[in-house]
Amino acid sequence: MRAKSILTLCDGPTCIYKNSRAIRDALETELKNQGLSDEVGIHISGCLGMCSKGPILIVNPGYTIYGGVTVQDIPEIVQEHLVRRRPVARLAVQEDHLYNRFFRIFGDVDFFGRQMRIALRNCGIIDPEKIDDYLSVRGYEALAKVLTAMSPREVIDEVKKSGLRGRGGAGFPTGLKWEFTARETGNEKYVICNADEGDPGAFMDRSAIEGDPHTVLEGIIIGGYAIGAAKGIVYIRAEYPLAIQRLEKAIAAARENGLLGKRILGSDFSFDMEIRLGAGAFVCGEETALIHSIEGRRGMPTPRPPYPSVKGLFGKPTLINNVETWANIPVIMLDGGEWFSTVGTETSKGTKVFALAGKVHNTGLIEVPMGTTLREIIYDIGGGIPNGKKFKAVQTGGPSGGCLPEEYLDTQIDYESLAAAGSIMGSGGMIVIDEDSCMVNLAKFFLEFTQDESCGKCTPCRGGTKRMLEILTRITEGNGKEGDIEKLERLGQMIKKASLCGLGQSAPNPVLSTLKNFRHEYEEHIFQKKCRAGICSALVTYEITEKCIGCGACRRVCPVNAISGKRQERHAINQETCIKCGQCFTTCKFDAIVKA
Amino acid sequence: MSEITQEKMDQIKAYIDRVKQQPYPTSYLIAVLHYVQGLFGYVPREVMDFVAQEMNLPTAHIWGVATFYHYFNLKPIGKHVISVCMGTACYVKGAHDVLEAIKRELQIQVGQTSEDRLFTLQEARCLGACGIAPVIMIDGKIHGELTAKSVVELIHRYRKAARGKTA
Ligand SMILES: Cc1cc2nc3c(=O)[nH]c(=O)nc-3n(C[C@H](O)[C@H](O)[C@H](O)COP(=O)(O)O)c2cc1C
Ligand code: SF4
Ligand code: SF4
Ligand code: FES
Repeated sequence: MRAKSILTLCDGPTCIYKNSRAIRDALETELKNQGLSDEVGIHISGCLGMCSKGPILIVNPGYTIYGGVTVQDIPEIVQEHLVRRRPVARLAVQEDHLYNRFFRIFGDVDFFGRQMRIALRNCGIIDPEKIDDYLSVRGYEALAKVLTAMSPREVIDEVKKSGLRGRGGAGFPTGLKWEFTARETGNEKYVICNADEGDPGAFMDRSAIEGDPHTVLEGIIIGGYAIGAAKGIVYIRAEYPLAIQRLEKAIAAARENGLLGKRILGSDFSFDMEIRLGAGAFVCGEETALIHSIEGRRGMPTPRPPYPSVKGLFGKPTLINNVETWANIPVIMLDGGEWFSTVGTETSKGTKVFALAGKVHNTGLIEVPMGTTLREIIYDIGGGIPNGKKFKAVQTGGPSGGCLPEEYLDTQIDYESLAAAGSIMGSGGMIVIDEDSCMVNLAKFFLEFTQDESCGKCTPCRGGTKRMLEILTRITEGNGKEGDIEKLERLGQMIKKASLCGLGQSAPNPVLSTLKNFRHEYEEHIFQKKCRAGICSALVTYEITEKCIGCGACRRVCPVNAISGKRQERHAINQETCIKCGQCFTTCKFDAIVKA
Repeated sequence: MSEITQEKMDQIKAYIDRVKQQPYPTSYLIAVLHYVQGLFGYVPREVMDFVAQEMNLPTAHIWGVATFYHYFNLKPIGKHVISVCMGTACYVKGAHDVLEAIKRELQIQVGQTSEDRLFTLQEARCLGACGIAPVIMIDGKIHGELTAKSVVELIHRYRKAARGKTA
């Protein structure tokens, strides 16, 4: 018998953590007990992006999205929704469908209403481990069209027409890059998918691969056809085991179905694919370093030119694009470059995926048309700042990017506007920061990262970031000196100019952008020895207020016996002995200890 | 897991032999090191010599590559590997306090293994679960929404489980 209902459970990392796998087991058991196993199919999907509402369960037909589902809710959902056909309003993320903004499935939920999904169009909807699921949503149709009806030249023209630019950070026009690589002669060429995803607060590429690996594969195969390559390589972080496993499965399934290998779909085009693992080095996201890493060497960048399009992997012409860039390709081939170029702004076409995180209600993965404002993303899609706190900044571009304060909230997302505002588009990390974060400390956090990840080849990057970090550390420890701000600026400019690769050239950005927009916080640290967010521990003092009931918990936990007081009387901290470890603060159950 | 046995060496040899059938065989060095780490939990020095010999590469080159990439452990690891996410979202939500609490509880620094060889402490960058930041991963399992307090309780649970097994 054909299934009457389909249940789709998100199998992304957040939903797994929130018990989605136990829910799947409970569903299976409950369906069996109710004798419904044949009528109701259970699917899994990759991340739908609604991580903060997880675990997510979608019931079709009807497109009901359930959020925050627990094992205890399962009998009710089965009984009410599947047997009596009455959706459980209590658990539904949205209750009714007023109108359909775009995909029917997303209904009228603000979180989705402002999104537009091209790269992530199937994520959260199809089962990423079943090629049939992908085929049922026009999967590999673009490849078939390309192989039967388009010449490589036409493919490249279509990409050029779309205006697509690289989603890995730099925003180079994709069609041009393809053209440069296609122009090279010789019959050994390579196509690479950059899935190294180095930004330490982002997971777009991972989710795209986990949720819909075939889209990425299809894009890569089309790229191979366009430039005349016979081999593709996906370079992916070893830290992404689930994504690797799904990619492996997808490649095997594509081979079995004649979509990879010799004479694909009966054409003259042969192409195969291989996965290579990274090994935890941020600099390997840079294209020349990545190529050296695939060659089995240390991943150190080398000067360009020569560009990979001329002399890349094993010295051969190589086309390298980011995961999200590749995921857009099948859509451009099916719906046309012209259609694609109607989405977005003058200079930035299409959509961009962001990993929205930090101090915002709806954390998760979103895809918006270029031109959407930061305000729309943070307040309409993200639902604003939780706990009644005040917005302070939004960080984009990770360790290469910058922090924008409130005045820039109406900035439109596109490569040029973000750069003009003092940040960058980056690969898609977007972290919302509220008043509880210290901007000096945040800048230090990013610089620690880049300093740690500098490959050490150029002195300005290796030594300069170290000097900057020393100054920042001194400022956060209350030893900042007059002139430190100017020194940071000078060093920053020098490192930007004198470094070989993008890592060094962008490493000072988080410091320079916070110096520009949050200079007063630096000055407070240096001159008033004050950290307004209470983050820099050396600048914080702990005090016990009248809320203290004298339970003595703090006294017992203090490692240096700095707290004294009689039972049931207000305790006090000896500031001379206190080492500011903060243990009393976390221990007190009555919120009687405050940071000042 | 960490002992060097003939059987494991044979497996490595077989893996390298397969790699040698491919074009550009030395480009598979990192893959070979991943394979070695999969077998031992780390990349032992003796095994590097063996790989060097089998792949016709100087040991110094292999050493250079293995030390360049953070992912490779050059010393044996503990029973459980704790990776503390130090990604931006986790940092903003207090990962630093969580890391400090773990260091205090285990009396080790990042990259070290506790004296009882139960835990190895590592840093990770974004585990893809920013929605439940701050996050740590213990042996591949994600734990989220942690505080300095709850992470210590979590470690206690692992300790208790380990004791239960040996007792
Ligand atoms: C330090 C550094 C790290 C990078 N990390 C990544 C990365 O993780 N993923 C990525 O796609 N591109 C990364 N890039 C950009 C790549 O060098 C390259 O521009 C990109 O893969 C090209 O693909 P695209 O045109 O599709 O964006 C990085 C660049 C630098 C300088
Ligand atoms: S700028 Fe930094 S990371 Fe880039 S090559 Fe130079 S030292 Fe290495
Ligand atoms: S912050 Fe630490 S040292 Fe200071 S009083 Fe509290 S527990 Fe004692
Ligand atoms: S930053 Fe920690 S999971 Fe993303």
